[in-house]
Amino acid sequence: MNYFNISYFPDYVYIPLYYLIGFIVVAVLMLFVVLFLVLLERKLLGFFTVRVGPNRVGFHGALQTVADAIKLLFKEDIIPLKADKLLFTLSPILVFAPIMTVWAYIPFNGFFAVQNSVVGSLIFLSLLSFPILGILFAGISSANKYSLLGSLRACAQTLCYELPIFISLLSVVILSGSLDLNDIVSAQSINNNCFGWFIIPSLLGFITFYISSVAMMNRVPFDFPEAESEFVGGYHTEYSGMKFAMFFLAEYASMFILCAFMATIFLGGFLSPFGKYISDFLPLSDLIKTPLIFIEQFFWLILKTMVLVVAVIWTRATLPRLRIDRSLEFFWKLILPLSILNIFIVCLIKLFMGAR
Amino acid sequence: MQVIAGAINTVYNWARSNSLWPLTFATSCCGIEMMSVSSANYDIARFGSEVFRGSPRQADLLIVAGTITQKMAPALLKLYEQMAEPKYVIAMGACACSGGMFRENSYSVVRGVDKIIPVDVYLPMCPPTPESLLEAIINLQKKIRTQDIFDRDDEIKAHKSRLKFDIDQKDLLICIDDDKYFEIEVG
Repeated sequence: MNYFNISYFPDYVYIPLYYLIGFIVVAVLMLFVVLFLVLLERKLLGFFTVRVGPNRVGFHGALQTVADAIKLLFKEDIIPLKADKLLFTLSPILVFAPIMTVWAYIPFNGFFAVQNSVVGSLIFLSLLSFPILGILFAGISSANKYSLLGSLRACAQTLCYELPIFISLLSVVILSGSLDLNDIVSAQSINNNCFGWFIIPSLLGFITFYISSVAMMNRVPFDFPEAESEFVGGYHTEYSGMKFAMFFLAEYASMFILCAFMATIFLGGFLSPFGKYISDFLPLSDLIKTPLIFIEQFFWLILKTMVLVVAVIWTRATLPRLRIDRSLEFFWKLILPLSILNIFIVCLIKLFMGAR
Repeated sequence: MQVIAGAINTVYNWARSNSLWPLTFATSCCGIEMMSVSSANYDIARFGSEVFRGSPRQADLLIVAGTITQKMAPALLKLYEQMAEPKYVIAMGACACSGGMFRENSYSVVRGVDKIIPVDVYLPMCPPTPESLLEAIINLQKKIRTQDIFDRDDEIKAHKSRLKFDIDQKDLLICIDDDKYFEIEVG
């Protein structure tokens, strides 16, 4: 925020303007990312199952998701007769709004995060626990037994993944000594190369965080809330048109942003894995070099995020859905103890290796 | 005004013809062919239709894959009525088109699903090959591209006038009276 503060505007113009710009950046970025991710997933699923994937619309199917989005926009909006109309309309927004909000907290490069916060990482994960309310309301208000069962499962699952995900975050907080995402990233630049990243001391934490965040995104193998083979469509069974599209959008937006968060806290965020940036080697003045470095940092963050996103899609293509009780057992009896064990390991590393 | 309508039509027809999400609905052997159409050899995903939705609310395309018995007919009509506009139907296989080999002497089979729901594309054969289902989808896409967004109401009215029962009289979304439903003259 300081970077922009050199402007001539007074505060009462500047602050709303700043957040308006931030909102537009986030909204546009999110729309493009989601359109791209859905296409990427369909193409990759095609690749993993030796198919071609969408290739008729646009160049090699590039406009497929645009067609889907326009179609969903024009689709009839049905509210079931017995549904609670207010909650039914509200719940897609409740799912979507927190996920859009957390996009503001990711530091996309050295100087730009829409909202810097001292407790950024905590706020990020706390806001991401809100969509479960929307899912619960969607299930209750639809007057459909499949929706209700799906949303109840979502609640049961929320309890079991929230704990490991916060405890895994705790290991990173111990290592960096801060909850601020910018500080967490800068704490990983100590060695000036990829060996300073927190994935090395906290590898177990990364694994537990990854598995829990796959559950948080409601994706295979933990997609019980919308298990198609068990309950029609889960909590969004009764939703059509734009309301369904909002659930859809939220799922992919949370997938991207959780991967970006994982890249930030474990994989060095926007830092280059080699310590140096290409612009460092070019004979340029600082005035041009600084923006170039920022662009490069943005590129590194997106690259790391995309690697994780592809891993999530790969997981989906590989694994079948677990049974609900097996999954709960898996989280309570394996992932939670592992993440607590990881805290001890990280504490020992911090104790004997000193401040990394 | 006509220019705007034409532009809307172009975009809308392009979008909905290229993203026909089918409903997971298969009543007999044609269903096996419908499943294999999403496999590697045929790959329905090329046309953007691999997104098989479990819920009729989110589906655009009802592929009636197989024999529809009188017992199944209310369920089929219910599913069709639950789908959100715009919705399309492919009658896949001889049974769905006309009753097929059950047409002459059967006490239980509906002689063609067009007695119940409007059909956009008929796909005979017993059962149709996956390639022919792909062709049916391509033909449906061609048909959609010639449609007008404002003509949909007339199509629905024309379909209702062809039916031998009145859809609007019953509250289909809540319950269907099975006994009443068997009174439909089929065959």
